[in-house]
Amino acid sequence: MKDIILKAENISKQYRLGQVGTGTLSHDLNRWWHQIRGKEDPYLKIGDTNDRSTKGTSDYVWALQDINFEVERGEVLGIIGKNGAGKSTLLKILSKVTAPTTGSIKSRGRIASLLEVGTGFNPELTGKENIFLNGAILGMTKKEITSKLNEIIEFSGCERYIDTPVKRYSSGMTVRLAFAVAAFLEPEILVIDEVLAVGDAEFQKKAIGKMQDISREGGRTVLFVSHNMAAVRSLCTKGIVLENGTIIFSGKSDESVNYYLDNAYKTGLKPIMNRNDRKGNQKLVVKDIFVENSESIRVEELHSGEEYFLNFEFEKYGEIDPKQFTIVVQFKDDNDNLINTIATDELASKFFEISNHGKIQIHIPKLQFREGKYTMTYMISEKFAFNTPHVIIDYLQDAFVLNVIKGDYWKTGMLNRPKGFIQEASICLVNEY
Amino acid sequence: MDPRNTKNDDWLFEITPKNKFFSLNLKEVWQYRDLLLLFVKRDIVTVYKQTILGPLWYLIQPLFTSITFTIIFNTVAGIDTGTVPPFLFNLAGITIWNYFTSCLNDTSDTFKKNAAVFGKVYFPRIIMPLSVVISNLLKFGIQFLIFTAFYIYYYFKGATISFNQMTLFFPLLIIVMGILGLGLGMIISSLVTKYRDFTYLIGFGVQLLMYISAVMYPMALIEEKLPSYGWLVTYNPLAYVVETTRYMLLGIGNISVLGLVYTVSVTFIVFIAGLLIFNKTEKSFIDTV
Repeated sequence: MKDIILKAENISKQYRLGQVGTGTLSHDLNRWWHQIRGKEDPYLKIGDTNDRSTKGTSDYVWALQDINFEVERGEVLGIIGKNGAGKSTLLKILSKVTAPTTGSIKSRGRIASLLEVGTGFNPELTGKENIFLNGAILGMTKKEITSKLNEIIEFSGCERYIDTPVKRYSSGMTVRLAFAVAAFLEPEILVIDEVLAVGDAEFQKKAIGKMQDISREGGRTVLFVSHNMAAVRSLCTKGIVLENGTIIFSGKSDESVNYYLDNAYKTGLKPIMNRNDRKGNQKLVVKDIFVENSESIRVEELHSGEEYFLNFEFEKYGEIDPKQFTIVVQFKDDNDNLINTIATDELASKFFEISNHGKIQIHIPKLQFREGKYTMTYMISEKFAFNTPHVIIDYLQDAFVLNVIKGDYWKTGMLNRPKGFIQEASICLVNEY
Repeated sequence: MDPRNTKNDDWLFEITPKNKFFSLNLKEVWQYRDLLLLFVKRDIVTVYKQTILGPLWYLIQPLFTSITFTIIFNTVAGIDTGTVPPFLFNLAGITIWNYFTSCLNDTSDTFKKNAAVFGKVYFPRIIMPLSVVISNLLKFGIQFLIFTAFYIYYYFKGATISFNQMTLFFPLLIIVMGILGLGLGMIISSLVTKYRDFTYLIGFGVQLLMYISAVMYPMALIEEKLPSYGWLVTYNPLAYVVETTRYMLLGIGNISVLGLVYTVSVTFIVFIAGLLIFNKTEKSFIDTV
């Protein structure tokens, strides 16, 4: 039996590009003229899908298009997607900050939204006064706040400063206080936008724990937007993946995260010559990235413990001082955590000549990655020495994906466990008699 | 399928692109009454933090304006205020006029000023301008006290000023003034979200408006001296409020029933128009502000 608490039907949102101001009056009049004659809004028909990187032909874009989903009572729905996929727009519509252009959202419960912590905090007021103000803005009544005041103060850990104006607080304390208020909200549906990325590690842990309590014990429905895949996996029961304003996947949270990551890898695997998000002065441009094994054969799958050559084929278009030539390569795991870096300046590699065409070859004598997918970002720059200012030549995020499959690093006949890094080690037992 | 899902009428609420023509949700406003009071408290508490004179600033402004007006309009220009001391005449006009302008000025940038809060969380937007009108009422109260003090002073000096039975209706007049300021403020705040021009208009517009609102002269005077432009004042609902204020408090001038009916009707229309426009704007102003 399904108990649907929230239902989104054909939600779309259109935005006007460029400066609002020039031409708005004429568009407004035109729109009004159509409305009077009972015709459809002429600007609703046009509009490009929201692909940030390509230049569109229309002045209007669809930030969201035909979004449909249902949320059951007690479910925690994770909304994931790249920057500009429409996540925040969707949250704004859900929290009634802005209205959709078409479609409707039906709800059986009170929605409270947490798009930011500390909305409406007034620096002149004391901590306690701000708890009341902020709580009321989020939709609590004075009675509710009063009954939870002690808990809120205790959760924030700001007891000593509670009668001091917030302007004297450190930024961390302000955030703690603000989150504490939000944590004690008790709406039927809670909409949260990445507010967990605040405070120190201890406080984050506390915040995530509180979130879990809210959804599991409180039986409340939570809609959660995050870039933190680990948090989505552990907190959410269901997930939807947004891309360019449309839902491209919906399912269990694990499946959604995997779909999103796979999809992200697909863009990573797009031939890098077709990428248009490069940065730098492009005096030298990487045309192709590929991996070769010890027999100089190109490989798609890598095994832990084997020898590889990571090649960056380049064309040079301008003068570059070989002595200052630097390349930094970073690897991230599928939770977007940086796990390894290879850099010429750390290795103190020196070059004396750069031809107009060639390749940068990184020799990996023994691959220390465990099974998993690792996205690679590279940055080529000119700089004098370690930690000095540099000029970026060619910089591309998520340029390549290392697809590592289980290997036998130690040559012991045992396949290595997945995820992470293999540490050079040996284990002995020190028996004491 | 669960029968509960097949019927559509048990949704608590629905978010849709277009508002019904008129959708002031009074129940919702009532639910947020605590927020309204907290905003009022915030406005009052924070305005004069880190000032030495504090709320005394509320008094300094009308006093100095009255003194200036008395010197310029009564001593220099020789406007006759009859048996009432010119200073008290001006103070009465300025006190009620100030309430109107502070309501108008403070509500007219509701959307622009609160864009940061409005962009992050939903509550009935009308709470903001309402809280402004209420907190300004307190400011008006303080200014009215100083008026009362001078009233007593002049009374014992033997000035011919008197209350009458109409004085009892003075609170209603204040409400009319507040609603008029609120209504106009809501209209302008909605327009400002798209066209910033109105911010500049309101700046000097209010100044000019004061001169045709009979603040520093009796209404009868303008009809006598400038018959061809008298309509500017006689069609101005604010002039009736100011004139009636002086009648109620000082017992001078005349009270025009027709004028008051006209004023109340205009106030009602402006307020309803303000509500409609404000309601329409609050749905998507965040995209254009």
